[in-house]
Amino acid sequence: MHADHSGRKEAREEGEKARALLARARAGSAAAGGDPILEVRDLVKHYPLTQGILIKKQIGAVKAVDGVSFDLAAGETLGIVGESGCGKSTVARMLVHLEQPTAGAIKYKGEDITKLSGRALKAVRRNIQMVFQDPYTSLNPRMTVGDIIGEPYEIHPEVAPKGERRRKVQDLLDVVGLNPEYINRYPHQFSGGQRQRIGIARGLALNPEIIVADEPVSALDVSVQAQVVNLLDRLQAEFGLSYVFIAHDLSIVRHISDRVGVMYLGRIVETGSDEQIYEHPTHPYTQALLSAVPVPDPTAREHRERIILHGDVPSPANPPSGCRFRTRCWKAQERCELEVPLLAVPAVFRLTESPAGHDSACHFAEEKQVVPPEGLLDERGEQGESGGCGRGQWAGPVVRDHPGGLRADRPRAR
Amino acid sequence: MPEQTPDEAISSAGAGGVMDLALEEGTTLERPPGGPDGAGPAEKPRSLWSDAWRDLRRNPVFIISALLILFLVVISIWPSLIADQDPLDCNLGKAQEGSQPGHPFGFDGQGCDVYTRTVYGARNSVTVGVCATLGVTLLGGVLGGLAGFFGGWSDSILSRLTDVFFGIPVVLGGLVFLSVVTSSTVWPVIGFIVLLGWPQIARIARGSVITAKQNDYVQAARALGASNTRMLLRHITPNAIAPVIVVATIALGTYISLEATLSFLGVGLKPPAVSWGIDISAASQYIRNAPHMLLWPAGALAVTVLAFIMLGDAVRDALDPKLR
Repeated sequence: MHADHSGRKEAREEGEKARALLARARAGSAAAGGDPILEVRDLVKHYPLTQGILIKKQIGAVKAVDGVSFDLAAGETLGIVGESGCGKSTVARMLVHLEQPTAGAIKYKGEDITKLSGRALKAVRRNIQMVFQDPYTSLNPRMTVGDIIGEPYEIHPEVAPKGERRRKVQDLLDVVGLNPEYINRYPHQFSGGQRQRIGIARGLALNPEIIVADEPVSALDVSVQAQVVNLLDRLQAEFGLSYVFIAHDLSIVRHISDRVGVMYLGRIVETGSDEQIYEHPTHPYTQALLSAVPVPDPTAREHRERIILHGDVPSPANPPSGCRFRTRCWKAQERCELEVPLLAVPAVFRLTESPAGHDSACHFAEEKQVVPPEGLLDERGEQGESGGCGRGQWAGPVVRDHPGGLRADRPRAR
Repeated sequence: MPEQTPDEAISSAGAGGVMDLALEEGTTLERPPGGPDGAGPAEKPRSLWSDAWRDLRRNPVFIISALLILFLVVISIWPSLIADQDPLDCNLGKAQEGSQPGHPFGFDGQGCDVYTRTVYGARNSVTVGVCATLGVTLLGGVLGGLAGFFGGWSDSILSRLTDVFFGIPVVLGGLVFLSVVTSSTVWPVIGFIVLLGWPQIARIARGSVITAKQNDYVQAARALGASNTRMLLRHITPNAIAPVIVVATIALGTYISLEATLSFLGVGLKPPAVSWGIDISAASQYIRNAPHMLLWPAGALAVTVLAFIMLGDAVRDALDPKLR
């Protein structure tokens, strides 16, 4: 499952060059040679539910994350999407060691970091940093911007000698597009987008290889979201970063990601390149998610098919047996109740060259096109002045069955 | 839509949640909002503390209470500045006499000058108030803060312990604890107030630390590899201390009145110590014949307590981010 970079344009290639340089400069990463920089295996996080005041008895567990596996290649962006409460943020917090996984492994360059502590953990933290969701709570209101961005250097004094720190902080402000003279200001003197830039600068300070961005733009205005996402894109090219980008906004994930994983109730249900997920989704949940993307064009909106899921997400404390999505799935049969579908290329597509042949945890996986292929309705695709990601915008996704694929069942209710 | 005006681009982006990529990033060195226009980067940065201080200085309640407290502190350090007599120099022959030249407040039941005793009484009240508040804040703040930060069993133990202390009635506790003490200094009273007062601050500090520690900036510091000490000192304490300061300021006034209450009951300060509580207690028997003996020390006590409570109120207004 390697990254599909075909969608990326000029700046991407530039980034490629910078990344290659950086990769060479970085000792230890020479061994990478296509090896994933981060391997996540069967990651599980259960929060115990206890009863009793003095003698606590565990009566169950909230299975926030229940067996998540993925790889992240150097310089790649992995998008993770899913609705609220599906465990995206918990995965992010485990990646940066803010939560201890109940089981499973997170391997950074082959070394499991979940059991690390002390100095070894501190060294790994330098390389995996996080950008937080809410720029209004992620910056200490009592500290100046200079202190906030400079704090990583105080914690890791070996990165920058004392005399250089101020200049480094100013460089970082410049890199994220803020005036370096703002160094003595306080966070409340900035707007949301500016604050998020400060948060990004803090994440960059230690020159990490991986940035875990937990819904970095969902707290921002739409117009500012684009600026911040483009900034992240530019920084990736400039510094050769690998991103784990978590969001619930499908369009943003598509814009920035090389590969996408779709999460539902603590598990990844489908994963593949952005093209595979958005244009050839095979898991019914992904299809439902994609059909919910708002369409700006009113005519297209009238003609599209909405897959409306019924009921709520089941409680993660008591997830359904077998396939977790079966309670809301229009294709569910007895088999779904008995057998947990594995995240693998479905048998139907195993021998085909079709882009639908990607990992999908569904017994009845079939292709159903929900979003039109790229370029078909993409008139602005080549403008690309903004970080070269010219995915443009979709003028109107139209749902229809893929000509070559199997005919999708009609949704049970609409 | 081959040609899109920026307006359209924004509206369609807004409608669809689809990003408008025409917005070029990197050219957005916008000025931060707020602050005087055109002040530019040279403008002096305003921290939240300096904002709070600016608000305080403009608050008449703060100015009045601060002036009163300043006056109280000055006369408790140098009572002889405004009272040149000895509070223990009494003349029984003048007992209960009213106002006379040189003795504006008259004399009490022992023939002592009420004005001088009222002025000298400030020292003990202020000492008890300030020392008890410092003790309570340090003990309660540190214990509560640590319990809130580390959680787990230490938190459980502390919470139950505070429940136990809250169960002790203050006046009854004071009668029991202090009646066995014979010292006439302020220290047993201070010790008693600290002993019974710390759980209140501990609870506030605990709650405030728990709120602060959930903030993303604390998580960010943890993700950077910051030690517990650093997180507590640099991130949590500065953001959790405001409610503690407010409660402590208001509590200072109540501790002063608690000292007077205990002295009134005869278990707080004991003669020959000079205290408003002792004087109020002695004067209360003669309230019909010589009300001036009661009014002056009681008035001084009321004004002092009010000053501290008003100060606490003003500080809360200035520090409360919700009012900002």
